[in-house]
Amino acid sequence: MSRDPAQGRLPAAFLAAGGSSFTEFVSQHDPDLLPGGRAVPATPMIDVPHGTTIVTLTCSGGLVMAGDRRATMGSLIANRDMRKVFAADDHSLVGIAGAAGPAIEMIRLFQVELEHYAKVEGTLMSLEGKANRLAAMLRGNLGLAMQGLSVLPVLGGHDAGKAAGRIFSYDVTGGCYEEQEHHSIGSGSLFARGALKKLWQPDLDRADAIRVALEALYDAADDDSATGGPDMHRRIWPMVGVVDAAGVTFVEEAECESIVAAILADRREGRSAR
Amino acid sequence: MTQPPFYVSPEQVMADRADFARAGIARGRSVVVMGYDEGILLVADNPSSRSLNKIGEIYDRIAFAGVGKYNEFENLRVAGIRYADLRGYSYDRSDVTARGLANAYAQTLGTVFTEDQKPYEVEIVVAEVGEVLADDRIYRLTYDGSVADEHGWVAVGGDSSRLNEALGERWRPGLDLQDAFALAVDILSLPAEGGDPTERIADEALEMAVLERHRTRRCFRRISAPLRADG
Repeated sequence: MSRDPAQGRLPAAFLAAGGSSFTEFVSQHDPDLLPGGRAVPATPMIDVPHGTTIVTLTCSGGLVMAGDRRATMGSLIANRDMRKVFAADDHSLVGIAGAAGPAIEMIRLFQVELEHYAKVEGTLMSLEGKANRLAAMLRGNLGLAMQGLSVLPVLGGHDAGKAAGRIFSYDVTGGCYEEQEHHSIGSGSLFARGALKKLWQPDLDRADAIRVALEALYDAADDDSATGGPDMHRRIWPMVGVVDAAGVTFVEEAECESIVAAILADRREGRSAR
Repeated sequence: MTQPPFYVSPEQVMADRADFARAGIARGRSVVVMGYDEGILLVADNPSSRSLNKIGEIYDRIAFAGVGKYNEFENLRVAGIRYADLRGYSYDRSDVTARGLANAYAQTLGTVFTEDQKPYEVEIVVAEVGEVLADDRIYRLTYDGSVADEHGWVAVGGDSSRLNEALGERWRPGLDLQDAFALAVDILSLPAEGGDPTERIADEALEMAVLERHRTRRCFRRISAPLRADG
């Protein structure tokens, strides 16, 4: 981090021409700061907090991404109000499942990478460009993934050219796949995907899409012990992000609370599936 | 028999280098940076502003302006973004300050001035908008690495000493954005010695940006449509 003490001036890597990637710059200047730049000790698997379920679905003119708030460590609950859905930049959301520590480090790096590119180049990176950058970061994490510390993100962004939301999913080796309509990752994703298949419709409006996301998360929490349901007495609600032509917004807690209350009431009365 | 090497006094070497850099900077066009009631305004006389910028965003509350040789100040701008992003990534966003950046620039410019083949022919401004007016900072850095902490306004590049004189007479704290912009254009349009006093810079030749005090994270915003007093 520090400047070259012998010279005082910024080191050569800072003044090198070209290169609008923050990751590339750091890998030359101080590779230890990067997740993939550190040696991985060959120890048996350790217990670390894991994030669980993220659901995402397209809606009219954009997409919605929601995540529960629980992190688990084995059968323990490590954290009740963890944040797993982030704004990658003003026009995309990223959700994470898997080992929480490496995942949050990866998201932080990804956010800086996108902002850095925008500032140096003076333009925004294309959505495919963002998806590929995230894939490259996952490839850098492969060593950790082999040790059991795998990270699985999902990227959702607004494509200005198509005026629609697009979803990109990943595997631990850095494979990047575009998903249609909806997608879910994490331990509860099996159950959430079932719910999404039944509830998703083309051109959902914002309110309906948020409701579908929360219903899918509720179903995931219902059947997966690692996914946190709505925490009524602590008033902890899922984190819901929306991205459309206007950019990224997060749903206010009060709005989330009222939608969750409506879902619970409907299920209690038998007005929807339970 | 070998010739004894020419002796050139260190004073002469430095003076020659300074003259060289100053001449390069004076040939270019100017940039004006000034505080207004809700932030800091940066305006450049830059006919190629659609592609080659003189003003840029460095970090949440920090902006950059450069005059002189494009490749050299562009190099410094990118180095500043790398410095700020690296610091923000390894510490916290709030730990990135204009003071630290101005120091890094000063060290770099100073070393280049004394040790490299040729000094950078640039003059740069690092501006930081604070939460309150009293925390605004405008640093002016010259080709030899000297730093000045300016109070509220500065003009660099071209005939900057004359521009600064005029700016100092007319700038007042708490100008609104319209007035600040009008003043900046007036200053940038000041005719050179013997020039036409009625000539104004064309709108297309202006590059403008503001650091807005009350934005939540990234305060830097480019302004594309010229602000005129009539709207």
